[in-house]
Amino acid sequence: MRYNERELLFLARQPAEKAAEILMRLPKKGSVLKKRLVKLVVNFLFYFRTDESEPIGALLLEHCRIIKEEENVFSISFVEEPERKYCFECDSEEQCQEWIEALKRASYEFMRRCLIFYRNEIQKMTGKDPLEQYGISEEARFQLGTHKQ
Amino acid sequence: MKLNERSLAFYATCDSPADNAGFLYKRGERHTAYHRRWFVLKGNMLFYFEERESREPVGVIVLEGCTVELCDSAEEFAFAIRFSGTKSRTYVLAAESQAAMESWVKSLSRASFDYMRLVVRELEKQLEEMRWGPASGCGGCQQLPGSWKPKPSGPERSPERLPALPPILPKENGCAVWNNVSGVDRPPDTSICSGYDSEGNPQPPPLPPRRRASSSEAGSAGAAAAESPSTFCRLHERYGQEVARLRQDWLERRRGPRP
Repeated sequence: MRYNERELLFLARQPAEKAAEILMRLPKKGSVLKKRLVKLVVNFLFYFRTDESEPIGALLLEHCRIIKEEENVFSISFVEEPERKYCFECDSEEQCQEWIEALKRASYEFMRRCLIFYRNEIQKMTGKDPLEQYGISEEARFQLGTHKQ
Repeated sequence: MKLNERSLAFYATCDSPADNAGFLYKRGERHTAYHRRWFVLKGNMLFYFEERESREPVGVIVLEGCTVELCDSAEEFAFAIRFSGTKSRTYVLAAESQAAMESWVKSLSRASFDYMRLVVRELEKQLEEMRWGPASGCGGCQQLPGSWKPKPSGPERSPERLPALPPILPKENGCAVWNNVSGVDRPPDTSICSGYDSEGNPQPPPLPPRRRASSSEAGSAGAAAAESPSTFCRLHERYGQEVARLRQDWLERRRGPRP
């Protein structure tokens, strides 16, 4: 699949929502844990060799599952291939929990649900649609009930 | 750089709602011929397929840090997705009608993650102000620990538990979040609800805890408020009083038991 690599590399260099050196293992058979710089920017998780400025890879965090595995360890897998797990071993349980929370909120789809929820709440309380001022109230993506999981 | 392509392809073709879809002409990078492709916009990802029925996209354009503008072109209804940076590419696309062009320009210019985050934060702030008053009146609220718990039908709350928005997460490297070219600056803030059940499946954000007094039905305390401004003011007053009382309790508990 073609993609705008230059722009994605540019994105990888932006200040991160969250970044840390974490042990990471790819879902490939025979993969071992390796220390990587892991960086969360918008809904992408970039991972770098610790001494390199260009990422080895990027994971788009949509339709994914973030699961706590054993102590200090969490995994990312995608709904269409739940057994294929990217594993991350943190330095501490606290760090592990922080990453799980951050990654769960990192998807566009999650934000969309929040927006729909807040919109609905505000509308219930005030009788007015808060999205009208932005001119986006009619957009299909913000309608209640159109989102399927 | 490796991408999780299989997951990307899944995202492109699964039945989650598309923010826009339709045929567009895409100008080639090296050769300036236009190719008709089926485009699907989901979130900040613009996928394009050879044909509408294709099972996998030919490519994807990640829409972060770009501007969308009309452009001069021999081609009618043309517009461009422009990225910052000297070596960056500009994607020139053309729609098949004026209406289609306008629709695409509108949805593409609002497609970024940052834009979405901005709107979510704004609504969150509005909701918070409606419940607890402007920040100055209850400045302590935002720092109070606690987050929405996934109990959509739980009006029963112990009085000590002050429902509050999730705390602002500490940043690992202290860096601000990157803003896209629209130039809006916001402090980094991930105070949005955790929306997953115990298996890590995405759930809609839970309904916030509701005061029983306002409504017999969980989650619809607002119904009364919507009826008239005075009802809302009364509710607002009541919430405010409870907050003041809880803060008082909390402060007293912090001071410790009196001799």
